[in-house]
Amino acid sequence: MSSFFDRITGRKRSAKSAKERLQLVLVHDRTDMTQLEMEALRDDILAVISRHIDVDPDGVRIDLERDGREQRLVADIPLRSMARRRSG
Amino acid sequence: MSAKIVTITSGKGGVGKTTAVANIAVALASLGARVCCIDGDIGLRNLDVVMGLENRIVYDIVDVIEGRCRLRQAMIRDKRLPELYLIPAAQTRDKSAVSPSDMVRLGDELRNEVDWVLIDSPAGIERGFRNSIAAADQVLVITNPEVSAVRDADRVIGLLEAEEKGSPSLILNRLNPSMVRNHDMLSAEDVLDLLAIRLIGVVPEDENVIVGTNRGTPIALEPKSIAGQAFRNIARRMCGEDVPFLELDNKGSLWARIQRMTGRK
Repeated sequence: MSSFFDRITGRKRSAKSAKERLQLVLVHDRTDMTQLEMEALRDDILAVISRHIDVDPDGVRIDLERDGREQRLVADIPLRSMARRRSG
Repeated sequence: MSAKIVTITSGKGGVGKTTAVANIAVALASLGARVCCIDGDIGLRNLDVVMGLENRIVYDIVDVIEGRCRLRQAMIRDKRLPELYLIPAAQTRDKSAVSPSDMVRLGDELRNEVDWVLIDSPAGIERGFRNSIAAADQVLVITNPEVSAVRDADRVIGLLEAEEKGSPSLILNRLNPSMVRNHDMLSAEDVLDLLAIRLIGVVPEDENVIVGTNRGTPIALEPKSIAGQAFRNIARRMCGEDVPFLELDNKGSLWARIQRMTGRK
């Protein structure tokens, strides 16, 4: 939620930047995964799944998320609809 | 009675570990407990000056561990509180003079002498840190509401979990309520949300902490100091008391200022 001040100045207050930056950094510190390794993991997961079922690669979202002190890998992988597959 | 051994650590240096150890020790001793502090920063002795005991040192922790003196001889008695002691760090040795098992043995010996052992950990995550946590029953992680300090605190919490030291508790030190109000400092809620461990105290920024350190008189001895009150509250929470957190937020609010100006408060 942005404050009145944020809206009139168009600038984000620094506490919010601090928190958002830390959220990202901590999730990678805790799992010891770099952005590049995440992309490699994403490609591998997609390659395996695509061998069995047709997925829509543009809609794929695979992210690390924090849940208290635990991390989880959350994947949202939309499938190509059968209709489109038949026509295409 | 057997003492509880508590280590205070932070990862990052300069966040207030030594000040916190001195103040919590003074606060526990003021409640009538027997307390012994250990300066775990071998080679960089500090806790003695913060407690105002630098002129009384004869023996240090390495002398006890290497058997050059008895435990009681290395326990310096505080000038103000009769049951508060300090075992100083060695100044001329390095951290390899002490091993984690030495610390466990020292801790076990102290359990029969006092009610609380507080260990001041050095910064970092290496040998000195490992020594400091080896004997601990409980670990308090201290941090400031700043990105680098919070990141290092998270790293230390991860290491403590890996060592199966149980979940540590958090002290948030040097919170500036007016900066939090202006959204230019992480709030206690923000830091707790990021680190996700139990909060045991929030200490507001207070110039008198430096004044107290200059004099060698921990601020927890000053009844009127707000930071001193925060440290006394941490001590009571460690004893199992349910103490509400200080209301840090209303002091500078417009309404509070108006009330003060109009003499209503």
